[in-house]
Amino acid sequence: MTSQSIADAVVPALGETPTFKIGDVVRTGTRFPVGHYRLPMYLRGKSAVIERVIATMGVDNEEEGFGRNAGSKGHYYRIAIPLKQIWTDYRGPASDSLRVEVFENWLERV
Amino acid sequence: MGTVGDDNDHDGHDHDHGHGDAGHGHPHEEIFIADAPGYYDLMETAVRELLIERRLFGADEIRRQIEVLDSRTPALGAKVVARAWVDEGFRRRLLEDGRKGCEELGITFYDDTQLIVLENTPKVHNLIVCTLCSCYPRPVLGLPPDWYKLKPYRARAVYEPRAVLEEFGTRIPDDVEIIVSDSTAMVRYLVLPMRPPGTETMSEEDLGALVTRDAMIGVIPVEYPKEAA
Repeated sequence: MTSQSIADAVVPALGETPTFKIGDVVRTGTRFPVGHYRLPMYLRGKSAVIERVIATMGVDNEEEGFGRNAGSKGHYYRIAIPLKQIWTDYRGPASDSLRVEVFENWLERV
Repeated sequence: MGTVGDDNDHDGHDHDHGHGDAGHGHPHEEIFIADAPGYYDLMETAVRELLIERRLFGADEIRRQIEVLDSRTPALGAKVVARAWVDEGFRRRLLEDGRKGCEELGITFYDDTQLIVLENTPKVHNLIVCTLCSCYPRPVLGLPPDWYKLKPYRARAVYEPRAVLEEFGTRIPDDVEIIVSDSTAMVRYLVLPMRPPGTETMSEEDLGALVTRDAMIGVIPVEYPKEAA
C-alpha cells in the first residue's frame, strides 16, 4: 500500500482537517461576546484572504480563558486584510496590509 | 516579584555607581519605593502566597520561572538572525517553521507558542504589534519594551504604521509594502531584518552584534556601521 492509498482509506473526523485553504475568501464574525475574546474589535466583520493554515491545531483561547476548552482543538488561520479596507481614511499605499491569526469559529466562508 | 529597587543596600554593587559625580552621567536620588503597594501588587502577592500555601506551587518554581525569563534576551534573537544570514538552509527552515528553527539552536518554547519568522526584503517591510495586550516572542527576545505594551503604539501601529516608523527614524518608501502582524493568540512573530550591505565578510558572531531588539520588532533596520549612540 502506498502512503497515498493509506490516506485515502482514512476518514478524518469532523474538524480534523482545516475548513479553509490558502486563498479562500472569508469574512470575520460580527459578534460581541462579553469577556475574553481574541479577535480585536477593529477586525470584526472584515473580508479577508486565508494566507496560511497554522500547522499545529490549538485550543480556542476564548474558551481556555474560562477553563472550558476540555482539550478540544481547532485550526488557526493567518488571514490578510488590506489596511485601506480596515480604515477608509488610511493614507498609505493600497499595498499596505495587516495579518492576524484567527481561530476558525470567527471565520465564515464568503 | 513585581517590585524592584526595594533593596537599598548598595554594598553588593559590582560597579562604581558614582552617585552625584560625572562617572555615572546623571546624579539621582537613592532608589527606593515610597508608595504603598498598589491594587495589582497586593493581588499578585496574595495569589502567590495562596498558591504556595496550598502547595500548588513552590517558591522555587516561581524563582526558576523568573530565571527562565531572565535567560531570554534580544541576544538570543540576534543569534537566530545572524545564523539565518550566513546559513541558507537554516534560513529556509526558519521561515518554514520559526519555532523549529529556533529549537534547532537550543531555544525552547516554554510558553508553547508557535513562531512565524517574517522576512524583510527590498519589497516588504514587516512590523509586529499586539493590539489586545502584549503578546511578544518572549522565548527568543525576552520581555517586551514598555512602549510595545503601551496603548499609543498598539493603536497606531495598525492604523498609521508609516507614521509610527518615521518616529523611530525609519522611512519606508511607498513602493515597499508594509505588513503589520497583530499577535492575538498562540502565534508570535519575529522579524528577520535585511542583512546590511558591507557585512559580506563579517563572522556570524560579529553579525549577531549588529542586530538589535527593535530591528526584530520591525521598527528599525539593522545598520552597519552602527550609528554612534
